[in-house]
Amino acid sequence: MSDDLHTLTLTQIAAGLEAGDFSAVELTTSLLGRIDSFNEPLNAFITVTAEQALAAASQADEARAAGNAGALNGLPLVHKDIFCTKGVLTTCGSHMLDNFMSPYDATIVERIKQAGAVMLGKTNMDEFAMGSSNETSFFGPVRNPWNLDCSPGGSSGGSAAVVAARLAPAGTGTDTGGSIRQPAALTGTVGLKPTYGRVSRYGMIAFASSLDQAGVITRSAADAALLLGVMAGFDERDSTCIDHPVPDYVAGLSGSLKGLRVGIVRQHFDEGLDEQTGNAVKESLAVLESQGAILTEVDLPNIDLSVPTYYVVAPAECSSNLSRFDGVRFGHRANDPKDLFDLYCRSRGEGFGEEVKRRIMTGTYVLSAGYYDAYYLKAQQVRHLIADDFKKAFANVDVIAGPTAPTPAFKLGDKTDDPITMYLNDIYTIGANLAGLPGISTPCGLVDGLPVGLHLVGPHWGEEAVLRCAHQYQQQTDWHQTCPEGYE
Amino acid sequence: MSAAWEVVIGLEIHTQLATNSKIFSGASTAYGAPPNTQACLVDLGYPGVLPVLNEEVVRMACKFGLAVNATVARRSVFARKNYFYPDLPKGYQISQYELPIVEHGELHIKDADGNDKRIGITRAHLEEDAGKSIHEGLDQSSGIDLNRAGTPLLEIVSEPDLSSAKEAIAYMRKIHTIVRYLGISDGNMAEGSFRCDANVSVRPRGQKELGTRSELKNLNSFRFIEKAINFEIERQIELIENGGKVVQETRLYDSDKDETRSMRVKEEANDYRYFPDPDLLPVEIDESYIDKVRDTLPELPDAKQQRFIDEYGLKNDDASILTMNLALADYFEEAAAASDAKAQVVANWVIGDLSGALNRGGVEVESSRVSAEALAGLLNRIHDNTINVPSAKKVFAEMWSGSKVISVPTGDLKLAGQIIKDLKIEQITDTSAIEAVVDAVIAANPPQVAEYQSGKDKLIGFFVGQVMKETDGKANPGQVNAILKKKLVL
Repeated sequence: MSDDLHTLTLTQIAAGLEAGDFSAVELTTSLLGRIDSFNEPLNAFITVTAEQALAAASQADEARAAGNAGALNGLPLVHKDIFCTKGVLTTCGSHMLDNFMSPYDATIVERIKQAGAVMLGKTNMDEFAMGSSNETSFFGPVRNPWNLDCSPGGSSGGSAAVVAARLAPAGTGTDTGGSIRQPAALTGTVGLKPTYGRVSRYGMIAFASSLDQAGVITRSAADAALLLGVMAGFDERDSTCIDHPVPDYVAGLSGSLKGLRVGIVRQHFDEGLDEQTGNAVKESLAVLESQGAILTEVDLPNIDLSVPTYYVVAPAECSSNLSRFDGVRFGHRANDPKDLFDLYCRSRGEGFGEEVKRRIMTGTYVLSAGYYDAYYLKAQQVRHLIADDFKKAFANVDVIAGPTAPTPAFKLGDKTDDPITMYLNDIYTIGANLAGLPGISTPCGLVDGLPVGLHLVGPHWGEEAVLRCAHQYQQQTDWHQTCPEGYE
Repeated sequence: MSAAWEVVIGLEIHTQLATNSKIFSGASTAYGAPPNTQACLVDLGYPGVLPVLNEEVVRMACKFGLAVNATVARRSVFARKNYFYPDLPKGYQISQYELPIVEHGELHIKDADGNDKRIGITRAHLEEDAGKSIHEGLDQSSGIDLNRAGTPLLEIVSEPDLSSAKEAIAYMRKIHTIVRYLGISDGNMAEGSFRCDANVSVRPRGQKELGTRSELKNLNSFRFIEKAINFEIERQIELIENGGKVVQETRLYDSDKDETRSMRVKEEANDYRYFPDPDLLPVEIDESYIDKVRDTLPELPDAKQQRFIDEYGLKNDDASILTMNLALADYFEEAAAASDAKAQVVANWVIGDLSGALNRGGVEVESSRVSAEALAGLLNRIHDNTINVPSAKKVFAEMWSGSKVISVPTGDLKLAGQIIKDLKIEQITDTSAIEAVVDAVIAANPPQVAEYQSGKDKLIGFFVGQVMKETDGKANPGQVNAILKKKLVL
């Protein structure tokens, strides 16, 4: 057995398992060893499920021997700790749920499990997915494998760091405003957020229901396509999950970019974008052009309003979604409550961190009588305008390309005192959430030794377009294969 | 109540929809299970779970809308009503707010003078019920039973068109009748399937502006509602007449003390922060759906009442009583069809003896111990002069008690005949036999005969009674009367 199993992508592992080069148990054992050695400074895991992983790997090997290999048979991955996993701690990065054993599996957890995959553990994240640096986690910040002083981004920072550090070839994530794509950009990994309604939200602890979407962080577009094929599809337990056919995403990767119309949004290259990051993105656009893509400028006249719009809609929904954490049925409960009011106040006061409280208060405010029209209703109207802008733009282009985040990874602690600056980190990604569109971030360069991402957004159900574009770009470049030092 | 005051009442009726499973989950809605055995993860508001609409509730709400001549919204939206309470697992109730499924309905009741009165129905919206907090029997703590959480409710809101407690009750009974006709609710008030809040205010007669209202909660029987409203009307009038002011507040009715008392004033009212529930899609209904539902509508109480008058020649009041309960109306129609007696006679028996027996026994008409066919058979025996009415009542009592029920292979229609034979109470219609008894009675009561003959006509009843007594009540009363009158003539 070779000792470089961690360098393999999902696609390579699938081939290796099928060829009998190694077993799922060997692979799992190897990765668990690696997690043991590398997790401590990274703090990427909240829970490592070694025992269950080995059992699942052994089952996968048996299934393969019996000729019953599933689509992901024996493939290792990690789940963001926002997904409910039966019998496994599911914390959502919060003190509120640090004792919560989920009694059920999220739909995507169930589907991935049924396909034969092996879960290695649950990854760290910003508390209730509220954050862009992974610093709001009750379990402490995740460190970026490219520079341990830096943030891996967030909120799916744990999954991104795990994949970047080659502790697992893939991880699930959730993206409400950029929480898959931004950490992918900051860790040199591939992050895919599907169309809203493409993947079931059942069992994914809600932050902002109309924006949340589950996706994946991998090391290649091909791996993202493989996983999405298993996760996507109708689920009768989620009313917002749409019954739309699931294409063969892997098959959709091939085909040249010749004639692909790539839209460039002028505002995305304005001030606020770090110059070197901008240059790296422009170079990647030139690569696409060299592959036959046609670059055209598109106008999204209201895109500048996306951050303020998001910070009304998302907190409003979260203020209501998080009401169920009241200390009554599950999760943290304050000791010796004097009365009901005291039970509520202290359970929630102790259980939630600062950023979560900030958003609950903001959301409560914008939904209050007398403010609803001025904030929530207005934000919903602007949201429609932004979605319309995208719709018009996609009449003329196939994908929209630009930077994923305005800068490479920033230092831990740099932005924690200034929520507005932190919020601006998602300025290029939020639009896709407001409009419900699929987006992918693929590594497109290094700035001062830190990775930056190219962001590709497609129209509704345009996963195939963005995956193919990213995959073809990855055939011409090797940024996605660049490994942080010490994790080779 | 003083004639100087005008009363304005609006009702909010919560009716539990008779679905098998909950409005947003697959858990059962059956009543009376041990606490928390009928609450799934969705009802418990667990992290990550999502609501999925039970489409049956949409069909039921649509049915109701059509039955009260309302507009069924082509698009309605579920909203979250946010507040904290231990029996509200998610910290919000899923309800409908700005866009309810039913709007602008109406129904008709009789006012105090017996005139037709239209009562507007502002809206009816779908929502989930909360759980129950349990305080009894627990020391220093409260229990929560979430079996009821997520049970589907249709909240029916009236216009403030009701002017007395009596009208409020008439309206509520009508709604109660309609939802049961439609089969969308069992209307069981004891189990809380049908309950009501009343908004009550008073104003000097002639004044345009409405007075300040109070909202009465916890009204779960027709009797309590009437009492609570009347108490509240008196309280408000007395308050104002003594120079006081009514404050807007929620008041709870205490049936033990027969009074209402303040629960919370408006200043303490919650801001529910309603907003459309992002977990649920808007409910969209098209014309063909509504047409399909319309095709399933049964004959409604008003139409049935009119038909009973037209088709059976029933008195208006009797038609009204019979049609208030669909099962009773069906019973009547079945009995009338099987009987040779006049429909009004059948109606009298159903409303009188049968309903009396049902009430005394606490039995629903569906499980009546006297079937419609058996009653018809009994009335046929009166009609063909086999027995008289007093004997028929004895037969009915036998049927009800079942003590002498012999198996009747030929069906219930023959049951009366069997019992009559058994009790030996066939009517005596033989003129000579009756004449013999009459002669004997006249001979035995000379003083009464003299009095009668001196003009005291009323004594005829005495003689009839004596003859009936002598014949064990079996003589045909009409014949007895005629023969007596003939023989008592001087």
